[in-house]
Amino acid sequence: MTGNQQGKLTLVEMKTGQTGIVIDVLGGHGLIQRLDALGIRPGRKVTKLSSTLFRGPVMLRVDSTQVAVGFGMARKIIVETDKYRPRTS
Amino acid sequence: MRILLVGNPNVGKSALFSRLTGTRIIASNYPGTTVGFTKGYLKLGKEQVEIIDVPGSYTLEPVSKAEEVAVEMLKEGDLVINVIDATNLERNLNLTLQLLERQIPVIVALNMWDDTRHRGVSIDVVRLEELLGVPVIRTAGITGQGIKELVQRLSEARVPKNARIYATSDERWLKVGDIVSQVQSLSHRHHRWYEHLADASSHRVGGIFIAMLVIFATFWFVRFVGEGIINHVAGPLFERLWTPVLMKLSVVLGAGGFWHDVLIGKLVGGEIDYFQSFGLLSTGLYIPLAAVLPYIVAFYLVLGILEDIGYLPRLAVLMDTIMHRLGLHGFAIIPTILGFGCNVPGIMATRILESRKQRFIAATLISIAVPCAALQAMIIGLVGQQGIGYVVMVYGSLFISWIIIGLILNRAVRGFNPELLVEIPPYRLPPWRVVGEKLWLRVSGFIKEALPIVIGAVLVVNILYILGVFNAIADITAPVLTGLWGLPKETITALAVGFLRKDVAMGMLTPLALTAKQLVISSTILATLFPCVATFVILARELGVRDLLKAVGVMLAAALIMGSLQNLVL
Repeated sequence: MTGNQQGKLTLVEMKTGQTGIVIDVLGGHGLIQRLDALGIRPGRKVTKLSSTLFRGPVMLRVDSTQVAVGFGMARKIIVETDKYRPRTS
Repeated sequence: MRILLVGNPNVGKSALFSRLTGTRIIASNYPGTTVGFTKGYLKLGKEQVEIIDVPGSYTLEPVSKAEEVAVEMLKEGDLVINVIDATNLERNLNLTLQLLERQIPVIVALNMWDDTRHRGVSIDVVRLEELLGVPVIRTAGITGQGIKELVQRLSEARVPKNARIYATSDERWLKVGDIVSQVQSLSHRHHRWYEHLADASSHRVGGIFIAMLVIFATFWFVRFVGEGIINHVAGPLFERLWTPVLMKLSVVLGAGGFWHDVLIGKLVGGEIDYFQSFGLLSTGLYIPLAAVLPYIVAFYLVLGILEDIGYLPRLAVLMDTIMHRLGLHGFAIIPTILGFGCNVPGIMATRILESRKQRFIAATLISIAVPCAALQAMIIGLVGQQGIGYVVMVYGSLFISWIIIGLILNRAVRGFNPELLVEIPPYRLPPWRVVGEKLWLRVSGFIKEALPIVIGAVLVVNILYILGVFNAIADITAPVLTGLWGLPKETITALAVGFLRKDVAMGMLTPLALTAKQLVISSTILATLFPCVATFVILARELGVRDLLKAVGVMLAAALIMGSLQNLVL
């Protein structure tokens, strides 16, 4: 964890409730394609909904869908976040 | 003519298919319910057209085996009904544009239309039709809304005039974004009460508590309902109505002889004992209909509700870390849970997993450590008589072997284990009509498929007894059975019959008067040693002969070691 709450982070480093724009996927063609099909692609806005204990999946909201992304994969997805604001529901 | 239902996973294709064809198939609230393809027929004017429910796919560049099936099917269709989830237009349209690039007529069913209002989504359907260049019909598979219109307008399906091929995925997404911005507007909406529950069940700590609660409640409910039906309905029915008939028949047959033994079986103390008599009309009917069926009903009722609420994918997320240790990822929990009903659909569902390694491990683990509902019913019934602690020992042993074998296979099997990436569907209140139909489908499937095999198995057992084959085998296998497992050598007959039906095999243990420890060992071995013939056939089909042989090797080793350990430790 970098403690950096603004700027470029991986999905794992992002805080629950935080929103960011995907800027890069550090992976091979297969991974990029799988994520692309679910709408997780550069330029897209994602919100982190929760994380799971013991390096489990990260839950995201992309458009109106919830997607669970495995921990290893989540580490390869780089987002740019705005300033951290706690979630208001 | 052949019509294909194509769309993203979990957009309601199966529900729509049932509506169109009147053929009932299983629909659930998680992506990947349909892994093979299902065929049905629709009468269109005078023509009988074939409709195929294709497994869901996000893209026409497949990444899982289920998606490969989808793309293969596309080559053989004449017309595509593209089913899209109206509450999730953007992602769904990406596949629509890919479909429109192919030279095949398309009509769009804008499904889950009934869900759009409370989710604050409104869509300009007329504009969407113009932009796509193909007809768009609002439908709701669950209620049947729009189905008639969809059928009436099938003939309008076409390849759009303005069809274009996108060079890159980026260009296509750009176009999708453009369409969505023109046709869709979103308004603010309030959380429904079950959406708050959704948040809680994916909370990092709360989620684990809820999962344990759900699993515990499931076991409790299945046992409570299953036992309730046996004690208050099925049991009394057999005792009061069927026993007198059989006793009369027994007298007619002269209380003994070949036909008496085959049809009614041996009388125990002058009475029929439904577990021990072992005749076609006594044990052959009692086991499937009275001992097992109640548990099948209870299990599939709970499973159907969990499926339709949309809980299973959340469980998959929670289990992901553990499953990775076993060479799987979280989603493998869904085939595993299906396996607790019957191993056959469980193993078929392993197709939702991406790699060959995952499918091998998942299928092998299901056939070893996941007892089907029929076997479980008999374990609870027979081992449970000795005390619930012994039932826990059987489940505990199976759970431990699940973990250990998974850990070993993860290291031993070459190949790769991709990460979990799955859409988590919104919670829905289960549509009771769908739950009911699904329950009926599964229960009647059990009666149709299991009853003949059970009766066949009982017949085979009788013939083999008469021929004395079992005694010969028993002498050969005695060193393993008695020496390693501490079981009487006659137990081999039950283990052998386990290849036909596990429930009948458990029934055969009753006359052996085993101790509680021996019962625990023999039921664990029965679950582990060898799958029943139906599972065996599916394993061969899904894994191929080579991997099947490997899986069988693992099973034999697991049973040998587990049985011996239990014999030493317990």
